[in-house]
Amino acid sequence: MADICDQIIESIEAARRNREPLSIVAGKSKRFMGRASGGNPLDTAAHEGIVSYVPGELVLTVRAGTRLAEIEEALAEHGQALQFEPPSFDGAATIGGTLACNASGPARPWSGSVRDAVLGIELVTGRAERLRFGGRVMKNVAGFDVSRLQAGALGAFGVITEVSIKVLPRPRHTVTLVRDFDAADAIVHMNELAGTAKPLSGACWHGGNLYVRFSGAESAVEAAARQWGGERLNAAATPRHRERLNPAATPQRGEPFDPAATPGQREPLDPTATLRHGKPPNDAASFWRDLAEQRLAYFRTGAPLWRFSVRSSAPLPRIDGNWLIDWGGAQRWIQGDFDKVELERLAESAGGHVSLYRGGDREGEVHHALPEALKSLHLRLKDAFDPDRILNPGRLYGWM
Amino acid sequence: MTAAARELGTAELARQLRELVAPEFVIEDAETARPYECDALPIYRELPMLVVLPESVEQVQAVMRLCHGKGAPVVARGAGTGLSAGALPSPAAVVLSLARLDRILEIDPLARTARVQPGVRNLAISEAAARYGLFYGPDPSSQIACSIGGNVAENSGGVHCLKYGLTVHNVLRAEVIDASGERFAVGSEGLDAAGFDLMALITGSEGLLGVVTEITVRLLPTPDTAQVVMAAFDSVSRAGDAVGAVIAAGIVPAGLEMMDGHAIRAAEAFAQAGYPTDASALLLCEIDGTAEEVAEHCGRVERMFGDLGAVSIRTSRNDAERALLWKGRKSAFPAVGRISPDYYCMDGTIPRGKIAEVLTEIDRMAAEYGLSVANVFHAGDGNLHPLILFDANVPGEFEKADEFGGRILELCVAVGGCITGEHGVGIEKLRQMPAQFTDPELEQLHAVKHAFDPSGKLNPGKSVPTLRQCQEYRTLARTRESAPTGPTSAPPSRTLSRMRKSST
Repeated sequence: MADICDQIIESIEAARRNREPLSIVAGKSKRFMGRASGGNPLDTAAHEGIVSYVPGELVLTVRAGTRLAEIEEALAEHGQALQFEPPSFDGAATIGGTLACNASGPARPWSGSVRDAVLGIELVTGRAERLRFGGRVMKNVAGFDVSRLQAGALGAFGVITEVSIKVLPRPRHTVTLVRDFDAADAIVHMNELAGTAKPLSGACWHGGNLYVRFSGAESAVEAAARQWGGERLNAAATPRHRERLNPAATPQRGEPFDPAATPGQREPLDPTATLRHGKPPNDAASFWRDLAEQRLAYFRTGAPLWRFSVRSSAPLPRIDGNWLIDWGGAQRWIQGDFDKVELERLAESAGGHVSLYRGGDREGEVHHALPEALKSLHLRLKDAFDPDRILNPGRLYGWM
Repeated sequence: MTAAARELGTAELARQLRELVAPEFVIEDAETARPYECDALPIYRELPMLVVLPESVEQVQAVMRLCHGKGAPVVARGAGTGLSAGALPSPAAVVLSLARLDRILEIDPLARTARVQPGVRNLAISEAAARYGLFYGPDPSSQIACSIGGNVAENSGGVHCLKYGLTVHNVLRAEVIDASGERFAVGSEGLDAAGFDLMALITGSEGLLGVVTEITVRLLPTPDTAQVVMAAFDSVSRAGDAVGAVIAAGIVPAGLEMMDGHAIRAAEAFAQAGYPTDASALLLCEIDGTAEEVAEHCGRVERMFGDLGAVSIRTSRNDAERALLWKGRKSAFPAVGRISPDYYCMDGTIPRGKIAEVLTEIDRMAAEYGLSVANVFHAGDGNLHPLILFDANVPGEFEKADEFGGRILELCVAVGGCITGEHGVGIEKLRQMPAQFTDPELEQLHAVKHAFDPSGKLNPGKSVPTLRQCQEYRTLARTRESAPTGPTSAPPSRTLSRMRKSST
């Protein structure tokens, strides 16, 4: 538990004086995201610790370098959790990085993203000014929403040093069910289901299976589960599903998983860790956790991984590849070597955007191209916070 | 510029606007422009230079380009139900009314979205979605009249935002025209967008960053059923504890509202909802969801209220009874209007645990000012709406109410809250902004504004005070501290007039 905010300010001041870009790091769990960005590392991991947590208020204030694992542990003591189920990437991810990357898990369509949960932040801008926006209360409309502006900005505006966030009680009861579906039917079905007043908290399709999770009051969850039918995934999943989720630890396509080849993993994982990763989820909780953590076998092929964020009901684009559909249809993963411009066209026709999430060429643009008007607005906003463009230059877009 | 030259300029601008928009929708004369002189906070009034009501996005864009070329400031306006004078015009500004862009363009029942124009009324979206078993979540009390464009500008909440979120949680995408007339889209039909989260930044920006011309909102499935548990308490702090208990127990009510004794008695006299008029505090806790869920949660809430010392508990048995129990709360503002010539509605947010402390302090200050306060609030999310009762016909009484209100907001900040939960800063709360933000923070907000609107022509003078204004406010506050009971003078721009009874 330490406050190194003054050091962060000094580093940014020095970087400004010397015109030397900085690359903000903390847990180093998401270095594979965004473009490869130069700059001297500004390590903020030591700026960590819970500043205040009042369970009755459902509000948690933490220094940005605090690891999600520590946060989850503190929340669990009071039966609470982060509602957006963020990936903790083997315990390394921090809350600051989670906000900067807007990283949220399977519950996102129903209980919101980290962007939705954030109430306030402290930010050290590219001007080396320590500023606070938002607050620690549920509703606050004073000033522009600079807190939520940080979500997905990949540190373009400043170093997030403190985050206040809304937390929620853990659901009292959860059931996961699985049924056979082809992808096209699953998309329609997930959307229809989400349009009924059911305690839905997860809907994911992969490999011919539709996984549906209900969470909340026990009576409501059980009633919804009975009505939906399917097979209940519990502590002992059937061998059939285990096989479908993690087929014999052999990667589904592409090269065998090589952690060293994946940017963001600084060193090869030790054999025990590989074994742990290779272990198929054998119960519902593991399935959703492994989905959130992106460590299902699907994610471990080493092939370039693309993320579509689109209208949940949009039909699946006609491209050949191995899909995994999460967020009730709104987030779709596909692996392989594709032409980015072609994928962008498909994403736009589905009302959304696409990014090269992991692997592939990280020197080129990895996020969806912006129209000119937005591009210049992005630059003006960047300059409003970081006029010398010293923080994470080029991480979000090469031109910024 | 001389008055004659200004008039000439106005006439010329009006002439050019009439080439873009049907002539009858360009208003020049004071009589026709009168309804645009204020929003629902009519203590602030100014006649605009001109009012223009385009009927299409293309017309809005053309108007923005023309005004940009002429250097004319633009104040965008929805339904005029705002409570912070955010739509207050100025004699130098063109009021751009979006009221004629009032079409629901598309409802996609499978994707659960509605694509609408900004002038569509909030309630009209839910009404149109009802046939698909869907509704739009945020429900400000003005929902029968307020427009979705105004909701985006203010990041509006409402009774049900405790469970269903604020506007920012329920809008996916917007088309925006900036101060120079440039058109672009923010957000997406997915759950996030490429690049910066401009959708979040635009939401709640009070018309300072751009004019929203189309909005895609999320629709939610209508819950199967709903019940309300009403509980009366003999002290505000017990009721406050009960609010905390419900929240901490993991139940997320659709709404959790609290009224104090003044508000209970006024509402009961008005609505005959069956409220216990001898109670010091009343909670209304609405639970919705599936029948099983509602039954399970209502049972738990009743037990909790009982354990925490509720003197009476009543749960609605049918929709008619539920509507009756809500009727009192929903008519609390007009009800208070009946017992006092005027009232002034505040809008601070505090940590829930501070409810009793803050209400006690408000009572103490009320005595100091010799005024009464009725408290109605969204207790579930700590959003207070103290109604300060006064008589504008008594000289000096409005100034007292105004100063008292300002001190309530500063108290909210002092206990860890904020100066506005859902009504916005507008003009009204500019004076409290320095209590919440430091000068560098305010400068950063100005820099954001500058990135969107370098010449500062969109709704100028609202939402973020200049540093010079802040200095003046701080000097005023110091003067007040040295003479705590003497009311300070109102800011010079203020035109004091009798308050209209407004509701939120």
